[in-house]
Parts: sequence; structure tokens; C-alpha cells
Amino acid sequence: MTNALLTGANASTEVPLKRRLRRAERTRQAKALALVLPLLLFLLFTFAGPIAGMLWRSVEDWEVRQVLPQTVAALASWDGKDLPDEKAYAALASDILAARAAGTIAIAAKRLNYALNGFRTILTSTARNLKAVPEPGTAKETLGKINPAWRERATWTTIKDAGGPITGFYLLAALDLTRNADGAIVAAPPDQAIYRDIFLRTFLISLGVTVLCLILGFPVAYLLATLPPGKSNLLMIFVLLPFWTSLLVRTCAWIVLLQSKGVVNDSLLWLGFIDAPLRLIYNRFGVCVAMTHVLLPFMILPLYSSMKAISPAYMRAAASLGAPPLTAFLRIYLPQTLPGIGAGSLLVFILALGYYITPALVGGAADQMISYFIALYTTETANWGLASALGAVLLLATVLLALVYGKLVQGQQVTGGMKN
Amino acid sequence: MSDNSSLRTPSQRIAWAATVVVSTLVFIFLMAPILAIMPLSFSSGSYLTYPLPGFSLRWYDDFISSPRWMNSLKNSMIIGIASTLLSMVLGTTAALGLAQWKSRFKPLVLAFVLSPVVVPGVITAVGLYFFFAPIGLTGSYLGLILAHTALATPFVVITVGATLQSFDTNLARAAASLGASPLQAFRRVILPLILPGLASGALFAFATSFDEVVIVLFMAGPEQRTLPREMFSGIRENISPTITAAAVILTTISVILLATLEALRRRNERLKGSGG
Repeated sequence: MTNALLTGANASTEVPLKRRLRRAERTRQAKALALVLPLLLFLLFTFAGPIAGMLWRSVEDWEVRQVLPQTVAALASWDGKDLPDEKAYAALASDILAARAAGTIAIAAKRLNYALNGFRTILTSTARNLKAVPEPGTAKETLGKINPAWRERATWTTIKDAGGPITGFYLLAALDLTRNADGAIVAAPPDQAIYRDIFLRTFLISLGVTVLCLILGFPVAYLLATLPPGKSNLLMIFVLLPFWTSLLVRTCAWIVLLQSKGVVNDSLLWLGFIDAPLRLIYNRFGVCVAMTHVLLPFMILPLYSSMKAISPAYMRAAASLGAPPLTAFLRIYLPQTLPGIGAGSLLVFILALGYYITPALVGGAADQMISYFIALYTTETANWGLASALGAVLLLATVLLALVYGKLVQGQQVTGGMKN
Repeated sequence: MSDNSSLRTPSQRIAWAATVVVSTLVFIFLMAPILAIMPLSFSSGSYLTYPLPGFSLRWYDDFISSPRWMNSLKNSMIIGIASTLLSMVLGTTAALGLAQWKSRFKPLVLAFVLSPVVVPGVITAVGLYFFFAPIGLTGSYLGLILAHTALATPFVVITVGATLQSFDTNLARAAASLGASPLQAFRRVILPLILPGLASGALFAFATSFDEVVIVLFMAGPEQRTLPREMFSGIRENISPTITAAAVILTTISVILLATLEALRRRNERLKGSGG
């Protein structure tokens, strides 16, 4: 009895304490979350929301749906095999008259022209020549007379495909693909198929810059990691100062250095190495030099920290066991720098993929990377669907690489923790 | 050089010499652009070539007397300082919260908070351009400040977070046990200790905003053009020596920021050293 009473008393004091502790912990966690929440909401509004909006634009298709609503509705039941029936022609005629009155023809014409070159002329000429609503039953004949394109199936499949509300058109176009009149995915016509080349160019420039950064960065990181702290801190200024200098300043400086009457050409002429100025800028060479210069610190810093963590005892052990210096370097030192090489290379590659300012200022027309085209379609030609689709592809590539980078860096931290 | 005992064989000495030579060339490569552009800003001639015809401050005079350049400097300062303040408030509170928060979603939240650094500038800029235009935030200071804050806050979260990690939480407990309210404990105990970390975060945030140009290209109206934006147009059109003066002014600001950061780091290390 007493035993039972005791345990009962124990339980009655213990449980509330446990519960109280748990409650206190919960409150603490809720408070912690409340501190993070303002930033999360802020980023939702200024970062995640805008990017989600961009992704939505890459699949959104509203123009034709808004300007030619009756036509889109009439074509919904069309099987796309033959020409659509009279009802669709009548709907189109009525839509065109309404759109002409509202002044919205150009909106639909622009969208349809992306899918079928010359559609703008078809639509505007029809809008100009269509006098009034055709008599019932004569719409097909009237429109066919105004523009024979209305007697072609492809004209109608284009409208149906662009009827929205969502489309794969822009994403396919970003990969040089399109749908033919039967709805199958095929290669885009050669005059529109430019984006794979641009992605390939972006990839190759980024890869080249990454390799250059690794070749130039490795000895520097090794030197900085091997020198005594006093000297290496001093030399580190040469890495950090450019790192902190404005991108625009550095780009401007490279133009001054590399232009035809620039410092480099003048020096080479004066030394007699060349007879005429070399073309060093507004081409691929200039882009690679300027980008390597900007991104080199991003390679040196992770390499340096991974080399700094390698104990010299390993190399001494290898030497004492009879390994020649080169073997010791290749088999003992180099493998330990691999995480640093991986992190630095991925970081440089990710940053290079999205480069815009440097190629825009020191590159020629053939050196522009994908970001340039995203900017071009956003601000110049206002083809927002295509700009967003190209952006979506670039974003996907960046996010995938960043995930790999995250895993790599996290793994390093774990092993670093174990060593300590 | 440092560890001469490990440089026993001639081949090792050659390898070391090669490392030194290559590194020296890379250091020259890294510093050359900055060093080459500086003297040109003091040239008395209007061509960007050496040798300089003479020394003058005319391009600095040109910079100071140009309303376009001075306005851009003012804009850079306004946007830089405002987004630094905003990102300090948001970033520090978030870092304090993240330091205490335990959840399996934490890595995900952290990745989200840091993602503005990784996402290419053009993508952020295009997204913001679409998003802010309908609500009237393009062509406004507020829009640019908000956008720059989003880019700068991750740096604040990283720097302040790193400082908090090395912060001894027992000190906060001691303050509480001695009767300090949470706010008092923060102001009198935590804040002085993490102040160097906060200052570093602020410098990073300011530098991020001060150097940013892609978002400004998309979102700024003629009234809000910043110094890098003005330089972008200048480089596009034709490089006048006034740009080199602007470049030197920008570089000087960078050097001051870097020196301050380095001083803070040294101070922090000293404090840690004396504590341990």
C-alpha cells in the first residue's frame, strides 16, 4: 500500500515536471522560430515569390486565350485532324472584330508569331480586311478569301496549341524543340534552334574558366598554406584586395589593359614581340581572362583552407617510409586536397554559369552567355515566356550543382569535426 | 622557405621554386588591373594610355562636379546603408533564432535563407522585375533596397551565425541567473560580445549592395542609378578617364571596408586567444 502510494506521489510530481520542461522547450523552440520567421517572410516576398513568378511565366499562356476567347473555346473540341468546322471560323471572325475594336490584336499576333513565323501578317491582314461579321455559314469562305492561310491546318493547330492556360512551348523552345502539327515533339527549325549552342557555349566558357582557376589557384593556395602565417597573411592581401574590388572596376581595368592601344599591347609592341596590336578584348580570350580574374579568389580560398588542414606529419611519414617527393605528393597530399578542389571548382563553375556583366562588357556577340539572352528577352524584345523558360533551365542547373556542392561541403565539415 | 628541413632534395627545391614563380605571376595577374587603372585616373591627358603626359586631378574634379556621378554616389550610399540596416535587423534576429532552433527542417530553412547568394543575378533580377513592376516597386528606392536586402542578408546570417557558434551560452545563463531580463542580457552581455561579428556582417552587406549592378540594371529608373550602374553605361559607351577616377574612388571604399574587416578579425582572434 505504502509502496503504491509512494510511487503514486512520485509520479504525480514527476509527470508535471517533465511536462513543464517539455512545455518550456516547446516555448523556446517557438520563440526561436518566431525570430527566423520575419526573414523567411521577407525572402518569400523579395526572392522566392519573384522566382516562382518567373517559373510560372515560363509555362503560362494567356495572350491568345484572352484575345480570341471564343475561338479557343470552339477549338477545344476540334480533333486537329482536318480543318475545323464553320463554328470555329465564325468564332474567329467575331473574336477578331472584337479584338480590333479593343486594340488587342497585336498581343495575340505577337504570341502566335513565336510559334509560326508570319502569323502576325495573317492576323493583322485578316483584321484589316474583315469588314463585318460574316453571314451565318459563310465565315469559312470569307476568311479563306481574305487570307488563304485559314485554309491550312497548321494555322489552326497553332491557335489551338497557344490556347493555354499552360504550355510547354517556351520550355521546349529553350531546348530547341517544338511541336509539329500532329503534336509530336520535334527539333525546332534551324533558324530558331540557337539555345542549345548558347547553353553549350555557357557550359564551355564556365568549364574553361574553372580549369584556368584551378591551374592558377592551386600553386597559390599551396604557397599560402605552406608559408608561415606572417608571410601568408601578407600575401593573402593580394587575393583579398581584388576579391573586394568592385566587379565593374575590374572589368573596366581589363578593358584598359587589353584594348588595342592598351597597356599589354603597347608593352608587347615596345618590346618588339608583335608588329601590330593583338585583338585581346571583345572576344572569347578577353571574356576568359576577365572571368578568371574575378573568380580566382573563389578557387584559392577553399583550396587554401583544405590545404591548411593537412598535417605536415603525413608528408613526413610518407618520406620516412621511403616515398619519393613526387609520389608522396601525388598519393598523400593531392588526395587530401580533393574536397577543396571539388568545392572550389563547383563554386567557380556555379558562379560562372550565371555570368552576365563581364561577358556583356568584354565579350563580342559570339561570347554572350545564357544570362545575356535572358536579359535581352526580358527588357528588349519582351518575350517574357522565353526569357523565363531559359531562366528556368539555368536555375535548374544551378540548383542541382548547388545541392552537390552542399553535400560536398557538409561532408568536409563532418570529417573536420571528427579530426578534432 | 618555411620548412627548410623538408626541402632536402634538389627536385623538391625546384618544385618549390616553381611554386613561388607561378604564384608570383598569379599575384601579378590578380593585382595588375587595379594597379594599372590607378595612375590613369591622375593623368592630365584624356587618353587611357601610358606613358602619362602629366599629373592632374582634373578627372576627380570632373567626377565631383558632375551631377550624374555625384547623384549615383549618393544613390549607392542611400541604397547601401538602408539595405545594410534592414538586412542587419532581419539577419541578426534570424541568426539568433537559428542558433536555438532544433528541427529536422533546419538544413532546409538554412539552404533557403542562403539561396540568394547562389541563384544567378539575372534570374533574381528578372523575377523581381516581373514581380515588382505591377506593384510600382520598379524605378523606386524602396524596390532596390528590398532587393539588395534579400541579397545581403545571407552574408549577415553566415557571419553573425558563426559568431554565435563560438559564443558561450553560459554567459547568457549567468546573466539571467543574476536577474537580468532577456533584453538586458542581450544588450549588456550578448551584444558586446557578438559586436565584431555584427560589424563584419554589416560590412559584407554593405559591400554586396554597393557592388551590385544586375538588379539595378533591371529595376532602377534614371533617378536611382547607382555608381556601378553609371560605370556600366560609361564602359558601354566609351571609357573616359572620369570612369577611372570613379573606379579609384570605389576601390578606395573597398580597401577601407576590407581593412576594417581585417582589423575586426584580428581583434576577435586576440580576444579568443586571451580567453583560451
